[in-house]
Amino acid sequence: MNHPLRQEYEVVLEPLSGVTLEREIGFGQRLWQQGWLRKGVILLLLAVAWEIAARLTDNDLLLPSFLQTARALVEGMLSGELPAKVGVSLVVLIKGYLVGIVLAFGLTTLAVSTQFGRDLLGTLTSMFNPLPAIALLPLALLWFGLGDNSLIFVLVHSVLWTMALNTYTGFLGVSDTLRMAGRNYGLKGVRFVALILIPAALPSILSGLKIGWAFAWRTLIAAELVFGATSGKGGLGWYIFQNRNELYTDKVFAGLAVVILIGLLVENLVFATLERVTVKRWGMQR
Amino acid sequence: MNAPLPGHTVSNPDAVLAPALLHVDNVSLQYRTAKTVVQATHQVSFQVDPADRFVLLGPSGCGKSTLLKAVGGFMKPTEGQIVLDGQRVEGPGPDRIVVFQEFDQLPPWKTVKQNVMFPLLASRTLKRDEAEARAMHYLEKVGLGKFADAYPHTLSGGMKARVAIARALAMQPKILLMDEPFAALDALTRRKMQEELLLLWEEVRFTLLFVTHSIEEALVVGNRILLLSPHPGRVRAEVHSHQYDLHSLGGDAFQATARRIHRLLFNEEQAAAPESIEHFADIRIAY
Repeated sequence: MNHPLRQEYEVVLEPLSGVTLEREIGFGQRLWQQGWLRKGVILLLLAVAWEIAARLTDNDLLLPSFLQTARALVEGMLSGELPAKVGVSLVVLIKGYLVGIVLAFGLTTLAVSTQFGRDLLGTLTSMFNPLPAIALLPLALLWFGLGDNSLIFVLVHSVLWTMALNTYTGFLGVSDTLRMAGRNYGLKGVRFVALILIPAALPSILSGLKIGWAFAWRTLIAAELVFGATSGKGGLGWYIFQNRNELYTDKVFAGLAVVILIGLLVENLVFATLERVTVKRWGMQR
Repeated sequence: MNAPLPGHTVSNPDAVLAPALLHVDNVSLQYRTAKTVVQATHQVSFQVDPADRFVLLGPSGCGKSTLLKAVGGFMKPTEGQIVLDGQRVEGPGPDRIVVFQEFDQLPPWKTVKQNVMFPLLASRTLKRDEAEARAMHYLEKVGLGKFADAYPHTLSGGMKARVAIARALAMQPKILLMDEPFAALDALTRRKMQEELLLLWEEVRFTLLFVTHSIEEALVVGNRILLLSPHPGRVRAEVHSHQYDLHSLGGDAFQATARRIHRLLFNEEQAAAPESIEHFADIRIAY
C-alpha cells in the first residue's frame, strides 16, 4: 500500500467578507468597448489625413478638401438634389434586390429537395457567378430597352448567384440531428425549409444578404455611371458622372461620400440590428 | 434463443399474452458509406409492451442506434418489418419522438418553451395556447419552469437534455425513442438524469426504447434489456432488469447480472468469467 505522507484535513468555511467578487470596469474602458466610438475615431483620422493631403496638393479640380466636399454634400442635401437622386437609385436597387432574394430562395429550395435542382444550382452558379453583372447591361438594354427593367435585370443577376450559393452552403451545414428532429415532427418540403433549414442557416443567409447588397449597390452605381441616365430620371451614379463632366469635383466627391455613407448605414443599422436580434441572440454567432 | 433461463422466472408467462405495442420482426438494416454498404443488423426481432423501458445494449458497431433510427422511420429495413400499434412504420412521424444525444437537437432560435411547443405546433397536434399550457406543464415536471424564456445556448448540458425530454413527453408519443441521451453528459449529471427519468416514468408511465452502450445504465434505466452482438447486430439475449434501480448499484445481484451481461456480450466462457472480475468498475464497457 502506498500511504500518503501528509495528514488528511477538513476546513470549515466561514462566509467571506471584505472580498469583492465583482468589480465594475472603468468608464474609459467601457466607452472604448463601444464599436461606434472606435469606428468614429477611425473615420475622424481618415478625414484629417484627407484634409492635410488636399491642402498639400492645393488643387481643387483634382482633390477637393474634406471641408469642401462636406460643404458640397450639405448643399446638395439641402437643395434636395442629392436626396432625389438617392431616392431614384434606392427604389431601383431595392426592387432588384428583393427579386434576386426571392429567386435565390426558390432556386435553393429546389436544390435541397431534388437532385436535378442541386445540379441546376451548381451549374448555373459556376456559370454566372464569375460573370460581372455590368457585362450584361448592353444585352439587357437590348431586351428591355432604356428604363428600370434593364437595371433590375442586372441587379437580379448580381444578387441571385451569390445569395443562392451562400444560402445553399448554409443549408448544407445544418446538422443531421436538427434535420432528423424536424422530420420527426412530420415536417416536409416547404415547411421543412421554412421552419428548420432557413433559421438554422441564418448566419450564412445573412452573410449572403450582405454580400448581395454590396454587389447590387456597386452594380447599380456602375451601370448609372457607364450608361448615364439609363432609367430616364438618373440616380446617384448619374449625378457623379454629370458633375465630373462639368468638373465639379467637390460634387463628385460628395456623390461618392453618399454612396459610402449609405453603405455604412445599411451595414451598421440594418444588418447589425438583424444580427443582434437573431443569430447573436440565439448564440449562433459571436 | 428464447429458451427460459433457469433461476430467472420473474417473467410471468400468462401475462405476456397481451398484444405488444411495438413489433420488430426479422429486421435487417444496411447503411451506405462512400464506398461500401455495411450490414448493421441481421434479422433482429423483439417486442415492446406498453410502459416497458426497453433497452438496446451492445458494444459499438452492433447497430443499436441504426435500429432505433429504423423504428423512428429514418431508415427502411432491407428485410423484415417494424409495426407500431398495428401500423407499419414507413417514415418519421410525431407518434415516435426521438431524444438524441447531441445538444444541437434543440433549435437554437427557439426559447426553451418554444422548443417544447415546436413539435406540437409543427405536427398540428394542438393550437398555440393549448400547446403553451402543455409545454409549461412538462417543463415544470423536469424542473425547468423558470427557464421557459431562456435560449438553449445559455443552458448547461443536463438542462438541454431535460428540455429534449420535456419536448418528447409533451408530444405524448406512442413510444419514446432515446439514442444514448445522456452519453455526452458528465458522470454526476448522467446519474441525476437517470434518476429523474425513472421518476418521470413512475409518474407518466410512457413506453421507452432506450439505446446505450453502458451495462450499468441499461440495468438502472431498463426493465428489459436486449443484448446485441457486434458486426452485424444479432440478438444475443434478453435480460430482465426491472428489479434494479440506482440504489442497487454495487449490490450482489446487480453485479451478478452485470457480469452475466458482460459474458453474453463478449462471448466469454461461463467458467472463466465470474472470478476474473473483482471490481464493478472493470465490467463497464466504455462508460
